[in-house]
Amino acid sequence: MTAAAFDEHLDAIKEIATRLPAVQLMEVCGTHTVALFRTGIKSLLPANVRLLSGPGCPVCVTSQGYIDAACTLARRDGVTVCTYGDMVRVPGRGGSLEVQRARGARIRVVYSARDAVHLAAKSPELQVVFLAVGFETTAPATAAALLEAESLGLKNFSVLAAHKLVVPAMEVLLADGDVPIDGFICPGHVSVIIGAEAYQPVVSRYHKPCVVTGFEPAGMLAGIAAVLRQIAAGDARIENVYSVAVTPGGNRVALDVMDRVFEPAPARWRAMGELPASGLRLRPAYAAFDAWRRFDLTEGDDYDPPGCRCGEVIQGKSQPADCALFATACTPLNPIGPCMVSSEGTCAAWYKYHRPPVEV
Amino acid sequence: MCLAVPGQIISREGDDAVVDFHGSRVHASLMLTPDADVGGWVLVHAGFAISSLAEDEARQTWEYLKEAEIVDEIAPALAANDDAPPEGGRT
Repeated sequence: MTAAAFDEHLDAIKEIATRLPAVQLMEVCGTHTVALFRTGIKSLLPANVRLLSGPGCPVCVTSQGYIDAACTLARRDGVTVCTYGDMVRVPGRGGSLEVQRARGARIRVVYSARDAVHLAAKSPELQVVFLAVGFETTAPATAAALLEAESLGLKNFSVLAAHKLVVPAMEVLLADGDVPIDGFICPGHVSVIIGAEAYQPVVSRYHKPCVVTGFEPAGMLAGIAAVLRQIAAGDARIENVYSVAVTPGGNRVALDVMDRVFEPAPARWRAMGELPASGLRLRPAYAAFDAWRRFDLTEGDDYDPPGCRCGEVIQGKSQPADCALFATACTPLNPIGPCMVSSEGTCAAWYKYHRPPVEV
Repeated sequence: MCLAVPGQIISREGDDAVVDFHGSRVHASLMLTPDADVGGWVLVHAGFAISSLAEDEARQTWEYLKEAEIVDEIAPALAANDDAPPEGGRT
C-alpha cells in the first residue's frame, strides 16, 4: 500500500471517530506494539481512539516459574540450553539465564529450534534442551524440529515446553472485564498459522470485532479503520485485512504438525494464573522429548519482581508509566521485568518511543 | 518473537531450503509450506517458511521492515543460523 492509502485510511479513522464515544482497541502482538509506535500511528489517532497493548509478547507472558525452572536446568552438569535471544535477560530468582551463563552454564542463543536439533546431532555427549516458548506462530516450528529429532533418532534432545495460545487469553481478558475492550487488532503472523476464523469465539461469545492485520503502516491503519467501522455499526465480525498472508483456515500443514506433537493443556501465564486450554503440552507419544519429565522439573510459583507491574501491563490494566520503576530503576540496560527486556515488550517500546521528557 | 521475514527460495534439497533475504542467506525448512519451491517467496519465522507470498507483497514487506529498522534487529538472529542440517542439507 502507498502513502496515499495511509492518508486515506487515516482520514477514514478520523471521520468515523467523530461518531464514536471513547473506544479502546487492543493489539495482541508485540510486533504490532512496536510497529504502531515506530510508524507514529499511535500519536496520529484521534483522542477518543486508544490503543492498548495486550498479552502479545511471548517472553512477557511466560510465568516467572518457567524462567526459574530454565535457570535451574541450565545449572545442571552436561546440559546445554538453547533459547531464543529474548529469553536470556529475563531476571529470575537466582538471576537471568545470562547470569547463569556468566557463572559457567552452557546457554546458546539460537534462531530456530532446528539449530538446537542440529547441535544435538553433532554433539551426542551433550543433553540439548530447547526452551519452547511463544505463540502459535512459533509452536509449529518447535513441533517440526522435534519430529526432525525423532527421525534422526536423537536421544539427547528435549524441549521445555511452555507454548501459549492467543485466543484463550483474549477470552480471559474479556471475561475478566477489568479493562474495557471494544475490539481487537488480531496478530498477523499468529493468524498465518491459526487462520482468521480462529477468532470466532471472541466474536460470538463476547461480540467484539476482530480484524486480522498485517504490519505495513497503511495495513495497520486499514485494520484500525475496520474495527472502528464495526463498532460504529454495532457489528462484531471477523475481518481480514492481511489476506496476502492469512487465509480463513490458516496453514493446515502447520496446524497438523502442531496437533501431532502437542495437545491443548492448562498453562500458567504471568500474573493471569493458570488458564484452561491456553497452552500446549507434548502428547504422551513424545514424552521421551519432554524436558520437564527428563530432568524432573516443575514450574515453580509465579511472581512479579518487587515493585514490577509487568503482570498488569501485559493485561492492559496498567500502562508502563504507571509503574514507579519504569525508566528509573527499570531500563533496557538494567531491566527488572520482562516487558522491558524483550524488544517486543510494551515497556521497552514505551521507553524507546514514548518516554516523557526528562526534567532537569 | 512472532516476526516473520519475507525471502526468496534459492535452492532446496528435500525440505531444507536456502532462502535469500536481500543478501543474507539462511537455511529454512519448507516442511510447513510444501507447495513452496525454488524461485518462490515465503515468510520465514524461526527457521521455517510459514506462508507463501506474492513477490510484490514480499518486496513491499521487506522495504517496510527495512525502513522501520526491524531488519537490523533480526540481523544478529540470522547470523546465528550457522548450524547446517547434519547430513546432506547444505546446498
